[in-house]
Amino acid sequence: MKLKPIFAAVSIATFSSGLLAADMAKEMTIVSWGGAYSNSQIKAYHEPYMAANPGFKIINDESSNEAVAKLRAMAEAKNITWDLVDVEGPDSQRLCDEGLAMEMDFDKDLAPGKDGSTPTKDFGDSLINKCFIPQIVFSTTFGYRTDVPEWNGKKPEDLCAVFDTKTFPGKRSLEKRPKKNLEWALLCDGVPKEKLYEVLSTPEGVDKALAKLDTIKKDVLWWSAGAETPQRLADKEAVIGSTYNGRLFDVIEEKKQPVAMLWDYQIFDFDGWIVPAGLPEDRKARVLDFLKVSTDTQHLADQAKYISYGPARASSQPLVGKHATLGIEMAPHMPNNPANAKRYLVNNIEWWSNNEDEMNKKFEAWLAK
Amino acid sequence: MEQLQTLNGVPLKKQIARALFKQKVRALLLIAPLLIFILITFVIPIADMLMRSIDNSIVSQTLPQTTTSLESWDPKTAQLPDEATYTALYNDLKQAVEQKNHTKLGTRLNYENSGMSSLFRKVGKDVSKMKEGVSYKEQFLAADKAWGDLNTWNLFKLYSPKYTDGYFLAALDMKKTPDGIQRLPESERIYLNLFARTIFMSLLITALCLVLGYPIAWLLANLPMRTSNLLMILVLLPFWTSLLVRTSAWKVLLQQQGVINDILVWLGVISHSGRLELINNQLGTLIAMTHILLPFMILPLYSVMRTIPPSYLRAAKSLGATDWTAFWRVYFPQTVAGIGAGAILTFILAIGYYITPELVGGTQGTFISNRIAYHISSSLNWGMAAALGTILLTLVLVLYWVYDKIVGIDKVKLG
Repeated sequence: MKLKPIFAAVSIATFSSGLLAADMAKEMTIVSWGGAYSNSQIKAYHEPYMAANPGFKIINDESSNEAVAKLRAMAEAKNITWDLVDVEGPDSQRLCDEGLAMEMDFDKDLAPGKDGSTPTKDFGDSLINKCFIPQIVFSTTFGYRTDVPEWNGKKPEDLCAVFDTKTFPGKRSLEKRPKKNLEWALLCDGVPKEKLYEVLSTPEGVDKALAKLDTIKKDVLWWSAGAETPQRLADKEAVIGSTYNGRLFDVIEEKKQPVAMLWDYQIFDFDGWIVPAGLPEDRKARVLDFLKVSTDTQHLADQAKYISYGPARASSQPLVGKHATLGIEMAPHMPNNPANAKRYLVNNIEWWSNNEDEMNKKFEAWLAK
Repeated sequence: MEQLQTLNGVPLKKQIARALFKQKVRALLLIAPLLIFILITFVIPIADMLMRSIDNSIVSQTLPQTTTSLESWDPKTAQLPDEATYTALYNDLKQAVEQKNHTKLGTRLNYENSGMSSLFRKVGKDVSKMKEGVSYKEQFLAADKAWGDLNTWNLFKLYSPKYTDGYFLAALDMKKTPDGIQRLPESERIYLNLFARTIFMSLLITALCLVLGYPIAWLLANLPMRTSNLLMILVLLPFWTSLLVRTSAWKVLLQQQGVINDILVWLGVISHSGRLELINNQLGTLIAMTHILLPFMILPLYSVMRTIPPSYLRAAKSLGATDWTAFWRVYFPQTVAGIGAGAILTFILAIGYYITPELVGGTQGTFISNRIAYHISSSLNWGMAAALGTILLTLVLVLYWVYDKIVGIDKVKLG
């Protein structure tokens, strides 16, 4: 009876995993941004996880852009219907400060890197607070049209082309908020990168940045949704504009528009998961299980097959391959590729969490002038 | 005199009162579902939201000992509070850090003074390192120089009470300081300007809707059935189309490389470099919102005009009135009720509009509701959003009252 021990082992294994699964919720609501981004997550994370856990279901919700307000409302109503929420770094900070997101123990809750490094080391700087489990690095950067006759064959080579309306006339598309614009304005006004926030912390520094923006104010179209700049570039409404790098990839590589990237002084941001605070045990167990699997080295690298955002783990980067449908190498399109990241800034969440309100007032007053 | 009695010997008055009471109860029961529904889903949430605009209990709840201790502190002395206050602060913060409330308070106070967010985030670590038996004042001062800044303590004192007018002041571009209420520097004033713009633009949009809608409603009411039905569909079709679709369509039409500019350039009316800016400014908001709100003006006008017999106009003319006199003296007064209904509907919808100004308004065409949305969903400063909302609500009620005085609300008719 040689079969018996194997049989027993198998049945014990199924039994124990069955027990585990019984402790975990049978479905889970994941909130994300919708569109191409949600799609990349569904392909890279959700589908493999559901295939490995028959009978388990993921419900997709596309409310990430109002996640902070909704999570607070849910917490006040004491009825939390979300299990896992995709948010940007600064929002995660706010949620963590408000006690709306669960604090994580990264080395225990996440899988070690494929190269054996601990999660804390593997994620490195992207671990911006205790609640945030990063997935991707994205950047806000500029794209420009390559066929503007008024430019006489010249091409923007650095960030300050945005402020040079003589050489590069035409409309600019900038985000309707102070963040990032103030930094870029100061950089092109001769403030060195290391001194940026020191200068911005003084009222004169803010005036200086706004004065620099004043020089292009009449040429600016403001955007509030990330899709506006690519649309304006495609429509020739704007000749140069800022947006998220993935949107530009889409307009350049998938829509084949005559647009090129200007990576100079791109501003890095992280996007990742938070778990709402106060989930019941079975749902929490399920979320933690999902997180451990879907944020490991391979899964993070897989997401880059579907969208041009870089994985947040260092150990995932060598694994980034080709785009799933376009078949092009994705590494050169990653914001954190060394060739693209010669000069860059990282979104200063700490400084902005303190100053966003005040900057916003000044910026709005300046806009209305 | 003998009292009138019913057959079973009860005084008639009593019996009538009883019957009337029964009737009232029955009527009340009939409307009870609606009443309860409105109470739960409308009145209570609004009241709750309004309360947030003055609620400030978070400060005294998180720092109970400190706020009590600060009562005896006079900011005018320009001296830091004494050791006892710092000890109270230590005790409060120790508790707050355990319950993870300190960062919440930091967020709240950061609305008033930039830098509080970090200070409170950092104090979590600082407090756990502090030793007993050594002066807490010195330890706090060593941890961060903000604890030795009079402004920090002034802020705590100003925001100690359970209720505050701080949000309302901020909504009116003012600020609380130890020396009383002051206006914000000019570079930070935004709200008064926005309120004025919102009201002005809403009035303008209402007027435009009236000017454009009145003749259309007249046509609808007076053309033969077949043509007027076709016309009605043209009015209703956009009415049933999604708001976002219509706004985006205006974008396509109005933008600088858009259809209208292209046609004008092609016709030679404007040069290629002189394309008109029709969108991303106030004009864009005016055009798009007038179009979107037009049916709300046309439909009440139409339903009132339909009830006016055409024979009145004919009678006026046969009695010698000119076309204008017949219209102005006979027809127009009968449509005032419809104008009243249409105008109030359009205006109230316009004043709270959010998505269209956001998409086509650029920097000069946005409304106060865009700021409310910002505070609700982005800055999470719900107190501020509530204060702005309360002011907007009050403004609407005041305008409604003025409207009632001028037009008379009992004259408003929907048909």
